[in-house]
Amino acid sequence: MKIKMQKTFTQLENFGHSLKAPSYLIKPQNAEDIYEAFRFAKKMGLTVAARGGGRSYNDAALNGGGIVLDTSGMNQILEWEPATGQVRCEPGVTLEQLWQKVLPDSWWPPVVSGTMKTTLGGCLAANIHGKNNFKMGPIGDHVVEFTAVLPTGAEVICSPKKNGDLFYSMISGLGMLGIFTSITLQMKKVYSGLLEVHAWPTRNLKEHLALIEDNAPSYDYIVGWLDTITIGHGQIHATNYLHEGDDPNPQETIKLENQNLPSRLFGVMPKSLLHYFMTPFVNDLGWWGVNTAKYIASLRRHTFRQPHAAFHFLLDYVPDWERSMGRGGLIQYQSFLPKETALQAWTEVLALTKKQGLPSYLGVTKRHRPDNFLLTHATDGFSLAMDFKVTDARRARLRSMLLECDKIVLANGGRFYFAKNSETTAETALAFYGQETVDKFKKLKKRCDPNGLLESDLYRRIFG
Amino acid sequence: MRHLVSNSPKPAQATPLNPRRRGIIVGASDGMGATLAHKLVKEGYTLALIARREEKLSSLCAEINTAEGETRALAYVHDVANYDEVPDLLRKIVADLGGLDLVVFMAGVNFPPGLNNYNFEGDRKMIEVNLIGAMAWLSPVAEMFQNAKAGQIVGISSVAGDRGRIGNPGYNTSKAGLTTYLEALRNRLTRHGVNVLTVKPGFVKTEMIKAAQGGTPFAISPEQAAEDIYKAMRKRKQLIYTASIWRWIMLVIQHVPSVIFRRMSF
Repeated sequence: MKIKMQKTFTQLENFGHSLKAPSYLIKPQNAEDIYEAFRFAKKMGLTVAARGGGRSYNDAALNGGGIVLDTSGMNQILEWEPATGQVRCEPGVTLEQLWQKVLPDSWWPPVVSGTMKTTLGGCLAANIHGKNNFKMGPIGDHVVEFTAVLPTGAEVICSPKKNGDLFYSMISGLGMLGIFTSITLQMKKVYSGLLEVHAWPTRNLKEHLALIEDNAPSYDYIVGWLDTITIGHGQIHATNYLHEGDDPNPQETIKLENQNLPSRLFGVMPKSLLHYFMTPFVNDLGWWGVNTAKYIASLRRHTFRQPHAAFHFLLDYVPDWERSMGRGGLIQYQSFLPKETALQAWTEVLALTKKQGLPSYLGVTKRHRPDNFLLTHATDGFSLAMDFKVTDARRARLRSMLLECDKIVLANGGRFYFAKNSETTAETALAFYGQETVDKFKKLKKRCDPNGLLESDLYRRIFG
Repeated sequence: MRHLVSNSPKPAQATPLNPRRRGIIVGASDGMGATLAHKLVKEGYTLALIARREEKLSSLCAEINTAEGETRALAYVHDVANYDEVPDLLRKIVADLGGLDLVVFMAGVNFPPGLNNYNFEGDRKMIEVNLIGAMAWLSPVAEMFQNAKAGQIVGISSVAGDRGRIGNPGYNTSKAGLTTYLEALRNRLTRHGVNVLTVKPGFVKTEMIKAAQGGTPFAISPEQAAEDIYKAMRKRKQLIYTASIWRWIMLVIQHVPSVIFRRMSF
């Protein structure tokens, strides 16, 4: 590919539609193209960031005024071994492509995000976790090997054994050390297209966390929903894979047509229009109603079977749901806290949101475990993700409140995740990563990218 | 084309909750440009300031950045008549600012030839700076904003463009051309969510006022002009006169029949 300067900028957005940045978009088809983009950037005095599905809530896949490599052109599944469950993919392959490829052979990706539109390259760069983080770790724990192009032009092959320092830093490295060109992953064997979901209500935060803590060991997935407007009401979904023999007809349930999210609601209304009808509810009063109705519906303890896709990809259930948040879009604030301090810290955080009159519309809790990756966000504890609607009138107050929350989280030994948080400052990032980790990362950065070509808006914000 | 303050740290990143609007002022070194720069920085903008005169430009930037305690203004030395520099400079500025929400074209020169004199050199320079300079900048900016479906363009034209008068045909022509060019951009861009504001100042107490022959009625301070411009920007207006009384004066002047206008000495 001969790279030509585009005549003008392409306006790119984050997932929440809350931040936009103009960039020169380049769509590489292979490793050679990526290297050429680096040479071109150097010549033009521009920086380069990679973008997969563009599903980060913050600025991870934006590079204002610079070059953005859109990896969606590199979306081939290169090899699939149904016998062993190993799959080798290009970085632009989405989780959607992946599960649809492997499920008919009775396999499932071991770790998935809440939307299936994410790409594997993006998943590795953020080192995503799923609702099974406490059991399966982040996606990086299931990477057998990857290849990548560094800005120096070097092509590297990394696995836990080979180039281990790069393996454990490029996964979680926010795309700032190099660009993945192929990724080999180990899938998880399943014996049904369904999962068994147990749902029960929780009355307050203390009970909520205790129930997650107590139940996690006996389930494959656990996730909580917390009403952060009234603070306390909640629901837990604890889920298991079905064992061999549990599903009388697994050949039927693993079929893709039995997994796909329905495209119409009640069989009538196209769901692509649904976000318009949600908009009137996306305000403090409307959402209180939604939460309360949801809580009342959950009071009955119940168990049901659900297809994998329906359980995991809630965010895809209503297409463009994030547009219902209005013109200002939304942001997500997720904090990770050790199990010892989580209750105290979030009690403070939620009290602060209540006092400020800036409630979050959706709170999601998960259980986590630490991992070995350099820029890890996980800890032996819990995470709470809160969605906030952004409006002009609330912006400044919301920001100062969240910076205040950052302090509470830091004081309690917490961490943050950079597929999500958009306001975290460089000082806060340094405080939870620690000087040693940041120095180590910067040293690797110097080695892989001596000319500082790889930069995203996120990188400049937290390491700039 | 030169980038001056390479030693000042990069401006802070925009975030969803701290959006940091970013703008360019072309022709910022003194008078209305410098005053508007101060005003916009106070209102939260981070600015790229462009002018020919390095000394004035760097002292303006230093003044702003010191007062704000962070990098809020970056300086670029550039003569708008060097049209070929514009694409590279625009690219550099957008990379330095991390985005672009506003472009104010303020650059303007005035070479009155004198009542019974003709001066092609001066006329040409006025067209080159006031009109073609504006087109060189606003054309790539318009393309960028049209793609982004957002943005704001402010063009500083003049009441002088509303009628051809005996005093300064070249200046009248350059400003009439600019007014029409801005109107055309507006008609193209409004449907793409881009606002184009035409500002027609009367007399403003700056260097340029010295070129005016005769009296300078209703002259206002640059601060007043900057205030008016910012207010119009916020309301996303299409056209303003500053001071506003010029709207009525020019309405009358535009309707003076040629048979009378030809005989007038103004």
